[in-house]
Formats: sequence, C-alpha cells, structure tokens
Amino acid sequence: MEYERILNRRVTDVPPSGIRKFFDIVRQMPDAISLGVGEPDFVTPWSIRDAAIQSIEEGHTQYTSNWGLESLREKIAAYLRMRYRVTYSPKDEILVTVGASEGIDLAMRAIVCPGDDVLIPEPSYVSYAPAVTFSGGTPVPVKTSAQDCFALTPAALRAAITPRTKALILPYPNNPTGGVMTREQLMDIARVLEDTDILVVSDEIYAELVYGGHEHTAFASISGMRERTITLNGFSKAFAMTGWRVGYACAPRELLEPLFKIHQYTILCASVQGQIAADRALGRAFETGFEDVRAMVRSYDRRRRLMVEQLNDMGLDCFEPRGAFYVFPSIEKTGLSSDAFCTRLLERHQVACVPGTAFGASGEGHIRCSYATSLENLTEALRRIRKFVTEL
Amino acid sequence: MFSTLDMHILEILCEDARVSPHEMAVMTGSDEAQVKASLDGLRAAGVLVGYQTLINWERTEREFVQAVIEVNVVPQREKGFDAIAQRIVQYDEVKSVYLMSGAYDLMVLCEARTLRELAQFVHSRLSTIEGVTGTSTHFMLKTYKYGGMVFHGSRDDRRQAVMP
Repeated sequence: MEYERILNRRVTDVPPSGIRKFFDIVRQMPDAISLGVGEPDFVTPWSIRDAAIQSIEEGHTQYTSNWGLESLREKIAAYLRMRYRVTYSPKDEILVTVGASEGIDLAMRAIVCPGDDVLIPEPSYVSYAPAVTFSGGTPVPVKTSAQDCFALTPAALRAAITPRTKALILPYPNNPTGGVMTREQLMDIARVLEDTDILVVSDEIYAELVYGGHEHTAFASISGMRERTITLNGFSKAFAMTGWRVGYACAPRELLEPLFKIHQYTILCASVQGQIAADRALGRAFETGFEDVRAMVRSYDRRRRLMVEQLNDMGLDCFEPRGAFYVFPSIEKTGLSSDAFCTRLLERHQVACVPGTAFGASGEGHIRCSYATSLENLTEALRRIRKFVTEL
Repeated sequence: MFSTLDMHILEILCEDARVSPHEMAVMTGSDEAQVKASLDGLRAAGVLVGYQTLINWERTEREFVQAVIEVNVVPQREKGFDAIAQRIVQYDEVKSVYLMSGAYDLMVLCEARTLRELAQFVHSRLSTIEGVTGTSTHFMLKTYKYGGMVFHGSRDDRRQAVMP
C-alpha cells in the first residue's frame, strides 16, 4: 500500500522527536549517566502506592465519572484555591485527564481551527507544536532568550500577534530552560491580551518546583485572565507520579465544555488506580503540610545550585533556572552545534544530555541537563562534562 | 536553635557524606566559612556524631553474626535506665542500644565473628550485668534495608534514559 499517499499528512509531516536518537544510543551504553531524563528520580511515596494497591484488592476496577473521581476533583479545587488562589468548581470546571499531556491535546483540539495560529514561547516542551499541527493550526514560535531569563516579553508577544492568533501557550515554569515568570511579568502579558480574544493555555505542571524565593503565580489568578485561560497541571512532577498518568485541566465551565466532550468520547476517564493514588497524594499532602513536596524541592534546589556553579565554572554560561529540574547552559563557546555537542559528549564520555534544538530551533546553542538524578551521578556527570569541554 | 543552613547540611550529609564544604556552600547558596561554622556547631551540639559508610558486609567474605537482644532491666533510683545502658554501650560487640516501650526495656544490636562468641558475650557478660533480669536473643538472617538504603532487592533506575 502507498501509505505515504493514504496517511494523514498533518501527522506524517511532523518530524520524529529529536530525542529518539539519543535514547537509542544510551540504551547500548551500560555505563552512561543520563541527564536526559524528564522525570523525578524519586519513586512515588509508599502510602500513595499503597492506596492504589488497596483499591485493587477491594475491587475498584470500574470506570469513573468522565470528569474524574469526585473526591479527587474536590481536593484539586481545594489545592488550587489554597496554593494559587484560583477558584474552580469541582463540579464542572475541573477535568481529570491522562496526564497534563492529554490536557494539551484536548485544549488544542477544542480551540484550534484550520488556519489558526497558536503562539508558543520557545524553547519549550516538545508536544505543543505537534498538538497544534495535528489540529490543523499553525504553531508560531516566539523566541525567548537567556538575557530575558527565558521569560516571554510583552514586546515579543505583541509583535507575534496577528488576526489569525487564536491562543497563546504559557509554559512556565519551563521545560527545558527552567525559566519562570513573576506575577509582575505575567501581569504585563495580561495587559497585552486583555483587549483581544486570544485564549491562554497555561501549562503549570512544574508549579511546585520553584526555587530561590520564587513563588509560582497561576496565570488564571491574574485579574481578568481566568475567563480566557485553560490551566493544565498534574501529579507527575510534584508528587513523583509520572507513570500513573494523572493530570487535570481547569477552565470556566463553557471553555472547559469542549475539552470535556472530546475526553468523554475518546478517553472516557483516566485510569481509576491513578486517580485513587492521586487522591491519596493530595490527601497526604494536606495532612503533612506538603512535607514530601518541600523535601523534594529542597533536594532539587541544592543540586540545581551545584549544576549552575559547576557549568559556569567550566565555561558553559548557565542562566540560573528558577523552576522545573533542568539547567540549560549555552555551549556556544565550544563552537559545536547542540546536536554535535550532545552526540560527542555521549560517545566520548557516556553522558546523555538533550540538545536544545529538540525544544525548537531557538534552542540551538544550548543543551538541556536534568538534575533529577542522584548527587553521586550528578557529580560524576559534571566531572565528565568538564573533561570533555577541556579536551575540545 | 538550628538554622536553615544546618538543616540543609544535615540533609546533604544524609544523602552523601562525601560532599565537600565547598560543594555544600554552592548547594546552599552560602560560603565555605559559614558551612564550616555550621559543621562545627553541629558537632559541638552532638548532632553530628560521625561519618560512616554503609557497607553491605553480606556481599563480602567476612564472617560475622548479628543479633537483636531484648533486655529486661531493673531501673535504678535517680538514674533510671541510663546507668545500665551506659554500661552496655561500652562493649565492642554492641553496635546499637535503644530504650524501648513495650514488653522489654533495652534493645541491643550486637555483632561478633562467630555464633559462639556472640553466645558467650550474651551469657557471660550481658546477662551478668547487675540489674539485668533477662535477655532474649534473636539472630539476624539477612539485611534487606539499612540506614535508608536497600541492601537486598532492586535499586535500579527504572526510568527511560532520555525523555522530553
């Protein structure tokens, strides 16, 4: 069969992820240290795992409501109110999804029509642009830079807006740069948007992982922005629950309705065990004053400081990230492209990083290093990177 | 009163005691002098007692035997359990001693080269201490987890090596 002719061009034209190549090489290297992992190095706390096990033993094996478990939605509502001062009704303004990833897909399918543009600050997470493309829209990268701490500036936003602009994705705290946006910076963005009909998809999956006195601001908590914002979040990063695949999308009822409709027809509901585990995760966090999360953040923060200092010390200029668990140093001084740097580093010294270009063309000249790995691994990886850079 | 820096340092040392004061300073956003002062303070306060390595001796050829001994004692006037505990901790065979709630008073973790040596320690030395009214010895067969580290079982990183 002539698949090329038959298959959906919108899908086949999207290039495969730039990360795949590195994944395949690393797999052949038993001694490789990977700084390429985009998930916590903590295992889900036992009491959360135990809640899921117990639910299986008790026979909780059925579909849940399309919206997700009611008690979970109530806890999410309480959490967002307490933590970020945003109020969503657990009844019809919070939708439990299969990870925040489903939320991205739902949001794009619900709002993008063929011919629409979606603005995406870049570098950023790999799935936004394909999600826009799959929906027939055009992803429009808006370059951010280390000079601006990888924040989206009002000027860059204003310059990118056209009559075709349907939505803006706000990916902060940011993967891969670790950039965050302060409340004031977000208010500046809000001022650009307030007289438009542009929707905002705010991906706040790393909201809990912020450092150095930074406090995360939910975009929907900014005056006038709630009505145009779809907030995406989930349990993967803050509660070390990546494989459970539980996230949520929040928006005013009428805006969330089309996301709900797609979810209802295509997904039905997130896995019940994942939802029960997530329910326990939030329940436990309320009981313990988020001690697990705090301890995890303290640990990431120390590794973050170590990474930034050492990378700068070896001449790889490193902007100080204030969120997520990545550093995004510049490798321009080495004269190598991001891809060549990462390939050679991996081949010569068995350290896996991800080239900045995997996160958009504007990531050229940078590499992403995750510090979600043990102190021992980090120290050894830094030693090898230093050796590699010195020998260049 | 312990500072935030003190707590950071303790958490770092719990994770890896080999981290240098310079690295600790970097990791906590302080300077090396502050870290050294904090370490001194923690040592002086008896919080930092020592720096040991976690070794799984079961994977070596070293012969040894370990036991948990439940000890019942008569508490002494004024000194309670402390005087007897202080005597018990003196022995090299004794690795840990805890005052317990419940059916017995002191839990003593002992180690010796052979079963015979350990048995001899219990019946000729531990049991004969004045105030000890009874002991119950349980030999350890296998260590699964110690000091927060899994000794026996999988510690593999199950994550995909490269993920966006």
